[in-house]
Amino acid sequence: MAKVSKEELLHIANLADLNIKEDEIDNYLKNLQDILNFANIVNNANTDGLGETIGENDQCNVFRKDEVKEFKDNELLLANAKEQERNMFKIPKVIQ
Amino acid sequence: MDITNLTVHELQEKLAKQELTSEEIVQAYVNRINAKEKDVKAFVTTLCDEALKEAKEIDEKRKNGEKLSSLAGIPIGIKDNMCTKGVKTTCSSRMLENFVAPYNATVVEKLNEENLIDLGKLNMDEFAMGASTEYSYFKKTCNPWNLKTVPGGSSGGSAAAVAANLVPWALGSDTGGSIRQPSSFCGVVGLKPTYGLVSRYGLVAFASSLDQIGPITKDVRDSAMLLNIIAGHDERDTTSYNMQKKDYTKTLNGNVKGLKIGIPKEYFGEGINEEVKAKLEEAIETYKKLGAEVEEFSLDIAQYALATYYIIACAEASSNLGRFDGIRYGYRTENYTNLKELYKNSRSEGFGPEVKRRIILGTYVLSSGYYDAYYKKAQQVRTLVKKEFDKAFEKYDVLLTPTSPTVAFEMGTRSENPLEMYLADICTVSVNIAGLPGISIPCGVNGDNMPIGMQLIGNKFEEEKILNAAYTFEQEYKFREKYQPEFKG
Repeated sequence: MAKVSKEELLHIANLADLNIKEDEIDNYLKNLQDILNFANIVNNANTDGLGETIGENDQCNVFRKDEVKEFKDNELLLANAKEQERNMFKIPKVIQ
Repeated sequence: MDITNLTVHELQEKLAKQELTSEEIVQAYVNRINAKEKDVKAFVTTLCDEALKEAKEIDEKRKNGEKLSSLAGIPIGIKDNMCTKGVKTTCSSRMLENFVAPYNATVVEKLNEENLIDLGKLNMDEFAMGASTEYSYFKKTCNPWNLKTVPGGSSGGSAAAVAANLVPWALGSDTGGSIRQPSSFCGVVGLKPTYGLVSRYGLVAFASSLDQIGPITKDVRDSAMLLNIIAGHDERDTTSYNMQKKDYTKTLNGNVKGLKIGIPKEYFGEGINEEVKAKLEEAIETYKKLGAEVEEFSLDIAQYALATYYIIACAEASSNLGRFDGIRYGYRTENYTNLKELYKNSRSEGFGPEVKRRIILGTYVLSSGYYDAYYKKAQQVRTLVKKEFDKAFEKYDVLLTPTSPTVAFEMGTRSENPLEMYLADICTVSVNIAGLPGISIPCGVNGDNMPIGMQLIGNKFEEEKILNAAYTFEQEYKFREKYQPEFKG
């Protein structure tokens, strides 16, 4: 059973774009470890020869006609963004 | 006559006979909300004024002889993770505190086609992650049977609102038990339809391969009626199933003679509260008396299913919730100097602790080195769970289990221990893992007058069988005539 280290937790949090404060680390580590210990039960199941189920439907490719459908409420879409300019979402400068 | 105590089919009848107007119905609910919402705290947003205005318009149309649905003018509550154009959809999260959807979810469109009136958006665990509604960013909803206890979750606002007569019926969503478990805790009827029966378009995604929208109602007939409205193919949800529309009320005949009911004995073992078990055993005897053929069998997958569920649900959540970055919608931090900081600080300040915990767990099980041991293995176990259910349905029409191992627990007793909270889902998650339909109906109360729920599980797209089995028990047992919430505590 893998034991999660502090470094690993911080690495994972960074991948998920989340900050973990110094005083939260112990709690997160304990919770994560508890849940993983429990989740480890899956490894007791005999799944020899079984495939993976990735979704509930047997249908895989669902096609539709490639037609342009116009969404007319652009203003409503943009209204939820904190910053916008000239009908576009605004973000901080990416290339310095 | 207390209008708010009537079922929807009773309201429908009174509208048809012109014994009630839509305005009278909505006004009764508005009065009830004004009196009881302060105790129950079921709503994130109430739409009382808008609802009254709409009711008057519908009455006017009816008076003028316009052709309307027989349900037109009856109110409904909607869990706050379904998009409603022009009305906030918060998912009970700081992240979406001010989010106003630019479009309606398909289910909301379907409610609108019937001219049902939206009374408001109902509280939930943040992003539907939880089993008590204590993880809502805004408020903790109280269980109307005992205000010191939780209503269950994540559709706790929906179940509490129906139980407290704040709405005649409501929509919930169920990823691992989030319709059935709160329905059980609040003594109402909750149906999680087969995966693919109801469109998920416009439902804020938690775990896309498990999420399903369904009705929370006072009785089984209302459940079938609401399912009639929301079921159906939708090209905007590629997992929605294209099949003939059914009328789920047609097969409610109150007859279970010869119905084969399987009792998975593992669901009655360790960890199940004795009073819950005793009421379930009484319910089994009732079914026998009514002519059903009941048999015990072994379905030893509950623990596997729960572990599998938390791996898959968190993995999918970590991916789905990647979209919340503070750019196009949702909370944006004030505190950043570059784009990465904007993402990280917005997410860290916008999401609550349980959501972050699940994103981290999901990211962990998907990361290289752990993918095979957890995620891939969980997907294989998912196949195993499905196979076990397939085998069971070769022999039985319906499976019967408790909905939850316990009745509603006291607030604050589990929210600090995530794993213990997860165990509240032990009886319900396997149904989502296998994509099956499941319904929870009340089958009694314990010594403290707290409701106990029974779960009936059906094979895929066999909602009629579980609905009729539930209906037959309900007609015999008459729970609503015997017990009502007391708002104590």
